[in-house]
Amino acid sequence: MNRKALIPLLIFLALAGLFFYVLMQMGEGKYNPRDIPTEFIGRPAPEFVLPDLFDPARTVRSSDYKGRPWLLNVWGSWCPECWREHPYLMKLKARGIPIVGIDWRDTREDGQAMLRQNGNPFVAVGFDPDSEAVIDWGVYGAPETFLIDADGIIRVKHKAALDERVWQEKFARWFEEKR
Amino acid sequence: MKAILSALLLWLAATTALATNIEVYDFDSPQQERTYKELTSELRCLVCQNQDIADSNAELAQDMRHKVFRMLKEGKTKQEIIDFMVQRYGDFVRYKPPFKGKTLVLWIGPFVIFVLAVALMLRAIARARQRDERAEIDAQRLAQAASLLEPTSDKSKD
Repeated sequence: MNRKALIPLLIFLALAGLFFYVLMQMGEGKYNPRDIPTEFIGRPAPEFVLPDLFDPARTVRSSDYKGRPWLLNVWGSWCPECWREHPYLMKLKARGIPIVGIDWRDTREDGQAMLRQNGNPFVAVGFDPDSEAVIDWGVYGAPETFLIDADGIIRVKHKAALDERVWQEKFARWFEEKR
Repeated sequence: MKAILSALLLWLAATTALATNIEVYDFDSPQQERTYKELTSELRCLVCQNQDIADSNAELAQDMRHKVFRMLKEGKTKQEIIDFMVQRYGDFVRYKPPFKGKTLVLWIGPFVIFVLAVALMLRAIARARQRDERAEIDAQRLAQAASLLEPTSDKSKD
């Protein structure tokens, strides 16, 4: 039997194994081919000044939240994952985590309606229909959540819906240290 | 035939008209407009991933074009705008990634694969030639062997 005849089979098995592994990683949420590497972690958070979702006369400023860790959550009523994530944000609010929201590429009516229907987990919501702040923060999809520490440095960027597992893995320690 | 062709052309014209962006920007100078065009064709649309932002009608791409325009108006240079985008979206946002450690595979990979392929091909050719030569010798020897065997087989028959 020619041993060389086995080479294609071995290559096939190796590739099949590789694809299976990557698919498993994707299934567990550990790998996302659409992830774009960020060079943002450890840098000072960009400032934003946005009109308030509920009151156009008022503004929401990132600088108002300096001095303690806080979350920035980018969402939109058009984004199904944001609806799925929403109950978890309500839980975080109940635990006393300050979350600032950015309602992205939405209409005021739709954004307000979603919060009225499901509850409002945010201490303030900026309204960003033209991606002004969103591009500044390097966001390209929703939901996306940042953790900004007390010194205004971005520590975590999470590009999918938050849940308890992700919270424990990436976020929780930043809030424990300060208490 | 002509009718089909003109119908096709009309359809093409109609669809391209639909796809054209309606944004109209007032540039300060032709130079600025040129930089804008260069930038938007060098920056990648992040949600479609295989289009530059000049080509894409994705909402984020529209907003990114707008951002590029505003930054140009503020007097930012091309390099400053690229740095701004790279800081936010990584080297991924550039269609022309910089030549550095992380992107080495991108730049060198194709050449390495090419050289490897040529080497493998040359080796395969050399081997095939060798095999042919050996086969010729074998044929010669076979004939020799056959001629040697024949008389002996005759003898055994006797």
